[in-house]
Amino acid sequence: MSAASVVAPLAIDDAISDFVTPISDFVVGIVFYAVPFFGTELPLIVAWLVCGATFFTVYLGFQNIRGFKHAIDLVRGRYSDPDDHGEVSHFQALATAVSGTVGLGNIAGVAVAISLGGPGATFWMILAGFLGMSAKMAECTLGVKYRHEHADGSVSGGPMYYLRDGIARIGMPRFGKFLAAFFAICCIGGALGGGNMFQSNQATAQIISVTGGADSPLAGLKFVVGLVFAIAVGLVIIGGIKSIAKVTEKIVPFMAVLYITACLIVIFGNAGAVPTAFGQIVSGAFSPEGMAGGFIGVLLVGFQRAAFSNEAGIGSASIAHSAVRTKEPATEGFVSLLEPFIDTIVICTMTALTIVITGAWNDPSAEGLDGVNLTSRAFESVLPWFPNVLAVAVILFAFSTMISWSYYGMKATGYLFGDSVRAELVFKVVFCTFVVIGATMSLDPVIGFSDAMIFAMSIANLIGLYLLAKVLRAEVTGYLSRVRSGEFARVK
Amino acid sequence: MNTVLVGVDGSDSSRRAMAFACERARQLDLELLVVHVIPWSPYSFNTPTENEHRHAQKQFEIEAAQEQVVSPACALAEEAGVPVEGVVRHGDPVDLLLDLAKGKEVSHIVVGRTGDSRMRRVVFGSTPGHLVQLAPVPVTVVP
Repeated sequence: MSAASVVAPLAIDDAISDFVTPISDFVVGIVFYAVPFFGTELPLIVAWLVCGATFFTVYLGFQNIRGFKHAIDLVRGRYSDPDDHGEVSHFQALATAVSGTVGLGNIAGVAVAISLGGPGATFWMILAGFLGMSAKMAECTLGVKYRHEHADGSVSGGPMYYLRDGIARIGMPRFGKFLAAFFAICCIGGALGGGNMFQSNQATAQIISVTGGADSPLAGLKFVVGLVFAIAVGLVIIGGIKSIAKVTEKIVPFMAVLYITACLIVIFGNAGAVPTAFGQIVSGAFSPEGMAGGFIGVLLVGFQRAAFSNEAGIGSASIAHSAVRTKEPATEGFVSLLEPFIDTIVICTMTALTIVITGAWNDPSAEGLDGVNLTSRAFESVLPWFPNVLAVAVILFAFSTMISWSYYGMKATGYLFGDSVRAELVFKVVFCTFVVIGATMSLDPVIGFSDAMIFAMSIANLIGLYLLAKVLRAEVTGYLSRVRSGEFARVK
Repeated sequence: MNTVLVGVDGSDSSRRAMAFACERARQLDLELLVVHVIPWSPYSFNTPTENEHRHAQKQFEIEAAQEQVVSPACALAEEAGVPVEGVVRHGDPVDLLLDLAKGKEVSHIVVGRTGDSRMRRVVFGSTPGHLVQLAPVPVTVVP
């Protein structure tokens, strides 16, 4: 390879990075406006999400615990009307939403949390996941309740619709419309940020890492790797090549099982270290060593990464869950509370244990490793061949997350432009462009920008959830009484 | 108990099964329940776009199956002067045929022999094979 051909792509990478970083910094500064809090900086948006999740946990009467079994029964089809066979089942809606959330947040995000906050961040991630189950339930119930059915039988749902129509019904139509539009704009940004740039960035980093790190023949060619991703995404979302999406949808659950199995191998392989690891996680949660801001600092890191991973309170999953066919919107709410459980409480905890148990997080030779590379190092210490499998998993997770988020972004665009096909196409082209941009940037501006846009969605979404809280609770309690009275009965 | 359930899928052997069932029904004064099951599982993995269009897709599949498989089969019975009812459902063919057989008090099930490959037979078994083993009523498999 000639020197010129190496220099040219490098220059493109840098140029794109230089252009986007100031924009990213500006957006981050607004969304993550922080106030001093017990010796650390508290980003108001994180407090906002935690308060929302806690409020709905209490307001709905701890359905994340009491409704857990019912949620499993619903997914198993025990309440499914046989006449609804052939429609989208609860399992399918859940699986689609989970494949949008399970991704790099679970692999890279956890590593980021632990490298910033130590093992204690895991504790707060789990707690945030637990609270997030209620927020997710709230948004998915309303998503189904206020979804919009088109003339051709297809459905559109999600925060845009409950913000507009739900809030209109309680007498604030203009405010509802404003919130819906604000949400849709942030959703487009979130789709381009966390749903796209962060994914392509980490997938590219992983490809370069397994092909030799800094010596990789691809090291200076991030631009090219990004382009390949963009073409693959474009084939699915613009070209309508269903087969690629189909294959991914089938491989992703398989990869998730493989990933969890690998985590379990590492954990059981070091069974003796498990109690110590749990000790580190708990003690690190309340009295972290050498951590700026003490336990509040760790708490914030944990909550932030958990929110980014399971997206509870953000509103995105509500768009995916709205496709299910049910006469009872609350059923989908119950099903959706399994999503943060699977995503955060199960998968994120697995990753965290793997990183903590292997000691990769405080290994001096692993200094400077961030995101996926840290997780990869943890696996490598027990399963030397696993980084290659992890790289494949990361690429597939990233790909399926990009497909899911392109859909969320497209629905938001559709909402804003009256389901205009042309507007949706423009969005898809922009989306593919951002795949390339994400691949070329360094991690920090990417994480900042993706967090900022995704978290901004929660501003409108949670205001709407609070305003509609009474409607929501009436829906849930009404449904529960119908279950108890046998009006909504088990079929098997 | 004078209803015969005929499972049809549009194949040649299912047409022969239908002809066989019509003949018997005419001779023995029976009614026919013609069923086509569109294979569907609640546990498959779909893209968000597929989910969005699923309801419309379901209607389309039912109409297509009605038009191409069930209506021609029913026409055959009507020509023979046999009372007939056609049904199109989504689900697992074996489970659904068995459920219908139990729910509608069927006295007999007739299906065509499916020409699955050896591999498929080993892994999944065939629909007639499962029916023969699990049905509460006699099953006739027409070659």
